[in-house]
Amino acid sequence: MNLSQIVQYGLAGITVGSIYAITAIGFNIIYATTGVINFAQGEFLIVGAMTAISLSRIAPLPVAILGAVLITTVLGGLIEIVFIRPVKHASVLRLIVITIGLSILIREAMLHVWDEKVRSLPYFTGTPVSTVTILGAHISPQILWVLGVSAVIVIALTLFFRFTRTGRAMRACSDDRMAARLCGINDRWMVTLSFMLSAGIGAFAGCVISPVTQTQYDMGAPLAIKGFTVAIVGGLGNSMGAVAAGLFLGLLEALVMSQFATAYKDVVAIVVLLLILIFRPSGLFTRSDVSALRTV
Amino acid sequence: MMRLRIYYPVIAGAIVIVVLHLVLAAADATYYMTQITMSAYYALVVIGLCLLMGYAGQISLGHAGFFAIGGYTVAVLTTYNLAAYRDAPLLARCHSLGLLVEWQDLYGREILSFSPWVAFGAALLLTAIIALVIGMPVIRLKGHYLAMATLGFGLIIYRIALGTPILGQADGISTVPPFPLFDGLQVNGRAPFRVQNYYIAWAVVLTAVVLSLNLVHSRVGRALRSIHENEEAAHSLGVNTYRYKLAVFILSALFAAIGGALLTHYNGSIGPSEATVMKSVRYVAVVAVGGMANLWGVLLMGILLNFLSLRGVFGTFDDAVFGGILIGMMILAPQGLLRVAGVRTIVSRLAGRSHG
Repeated sequence: MNLSQIVQYGLAGITVGSIYAITAIGFNIIYATTGVINFAQGEFLIVGAMTAISLSRIAPLPVAILGAVLITTVLGGLIEIVFIRPVKHASVLRLIVITIGLSILIREAMLHVWDEKVRSLPYFTGTPVSTVTILGAHISPQILWVLGVSAVIVIALTLFFRFTRTGRAMRACSDDRMAARLCGINDRWMVTLSFMLSAGIGAFAGCVISPVTQTQYDMGAPLAIKGFTVAIVGGLGNSMGAVAAGLFLGLLEALVMSQFATAYKDVVAIVVLLLILIFRPSGLFTRSDVSALRTV
Repeated sequence: MMRLRIYYPVIAGAIVIVVLHLVLAAADATYYMTQITMSAYYALVVIGLCLLMGYAGQISLGHAGFFAIGGYTVAVLTTYNLAAYRDAPLLARCHSLGLLVEWQDLYGREILSFSPWVAFGAALLLTAIIALVIGMPVIRLKGHYLAMATLGFGLIIYRIALGTPILGQADGISTVPPFPLFDGLQVNGRAPFRVQNYYIAWAVVLTAVVLSLNLVHSRVGRALRSIHENEEAAHSLGVNTYRYKLAVFILSALFAAIGGALLTHYNGSIGPSEATVMKSVRYVAVVAVGGMANLWGVLLMGILLNFLSLRGVFGTFDDAVFGGILIGMMILAPQGLLRVAGVRTIVSRLAGRSHG
C-alpha cells in the first residue's frame, strides 16, 4: 500500500469510527442516568434520518434536519415516559427486554411508515462525485461533515455535562440517584432528559451519515451493536473512552477490509466485543476496581 | 404421592393432544397438524430457554444460533455427497459399520451420505461443545453484558450461515432427506406422514417437559432458583453457581439443537433466516409471555404463538406482534399471562385447584 491508500483507508476508518463513537455516547448518556443499556439506540439514528429525508422534500435541508432532530428528541422523551417510567423496581433483565421490544416496534413502525426502500439525504455540500484531495487520497466532503459534526457533538456534550446546571444534575443522578434526589434534583426528569438527549444526538448523527451510508429501516440494529461494542471497549459511561474506542474499532475494520473480504468486517467487531467482555468487561480505559463498583 | 403430582399435567397434555387430533380429523382440517408439528419443534427451544431464563435467571439472545447449529449440522451431513470419496479407507470403514446411507435425491442422483442417526448425534455433540466453549466465559457475565455477548454469538452464527458456501449461503440447504426412526416411523414433512409426525413431535416435546419437570423439582432446580433470587446468597450457601448456570446453558442449547435438527428433517430444508437475531428475540418473547419460570405456560404460548405466526395470522405485523408482546408483558405482567389475576382464577377453576 502506498501513502495515499493508507490515508484513504485511515480516513474511512476514522469516519466509521466517529459514527460508532456517537452511537456509543448515546448508550452512555442513558446508561449513566439509568443503568440500562437502551437496545433501541440504533433505531434513533434511522428514525432521525428517515424523518429528515421526508421533511427535505418540503423544506430546505438545514430546516429538515433540525425538524428531524426535534421530532426524534420528543419521540425519545415519549418513549421514556410511556414505556420506561411506569416500570417500578424493575430488574435489569426486565428493562433490557423492554428496550429490545422497543427496538423491534420502532423498526416495524418505520417499515409501515416508510417501506423497505433504501433512501438517503442529499450531500450537504457538493455532489456524490465531488471530492477533496488530502495527501493524495480522494475523499467526499461529506466525510469532513461527519468528522466535524462528531467533534462538535463530543465537545458540546463535554461542556454541557461539566458546566451547565442541568448537565451537572444529570451527572449527580448517575453517581447516586438517591443522594441527587435528596439535593432537590428531579431525578425522573433527568432520566427522561437523558433519553431525549441521546435520541436527539442519534437523530443528528443519522442525518449526517445518511448521504454516505444510505438509510434503510432495518439498519439500526447493526449500528447499535457496533455502538455497544465501542461503549464497552471505552468503558461504559466514559465518553472520551468511547471516542478512542470508536476510532480504534473503525480503523481495525478498515484494516480488515483492506486485507480481507468485506464480509468479515462485522465479525471482527463482534469478536472484539466478545474478547473484551470475557477478559476486560470494564473496558480498556477504566481501572477495573473502579468499574466493579458500578457494574450491575 | 407429591412427587407424582407434578406429572399429572403431562397426562392431561397427552389427552389434549389426542383429542385435538380427533377434533381436527372430525373437522376434516388435518392440514393444521403440519403447523402444529412445526410449532412443537419450535416449542422445544423455548422449553430449554425457560429453564435458562425463568429458572436460572440468565438471558440468552443467541438461542436461534443453537437451533441453526443443530439444523445445519444434520443438513450438511445428510446431504453432502460422499460418493466421490467412496473408496477412501476411513469412509469405507464407516460404510461397513453402517454409518453411511445410499439414497436418491429428487433428481434421481445417487447420493452417499452420513445416516441421519449419525448426523443427529454429531449435531448434539457439536452443539454441546460449542455451548461449552461459548458458555464457559460468557455465563460469568451479568445483565446486559450477558445479553450482548449472547447476541454477538447469535450474529456470528448468522454471518457464518450467510457467508459459507457449504452451508448454502443465502439459499440455505434443501433436499434434506427424512429421518427414519424405527418401525416405519420417520420424521418426514410429506402429507402421508402428517399424523405420525404430529405424534413424534409431541412425544419429543413431552419427553423434554418431563425431563425439565424432574430437573426443576430436584436439588438442581432449587439451586437454579436460588441463583435467580440472589446469586451471591446462593454462592455463599455453597451452591456452585457457575457450574449450575453453565450446565443449564448447555442443556438449553441441546434442546434448541434437537428442535433445529428435527425441524430441518421435517421441512426438508433450512436457511439462514432461522439464525437471525429476530428469531432469538421471538423465543425470549415466548418465554416472557409464558411467565418465565412456568414450563406449562411457556409450552402453551410457544405452541400458540408459533402456530398463529406460521399460519400467517399476524400478516406483515409478525415481528411487531412479538415486540409488542415483549413490552406489554414486561410492563404489565412480568409474571406471565397465566398469572394475571383474572386469567389465574379461570385457570385454577378449570384445574379444580389452586396453583402455587
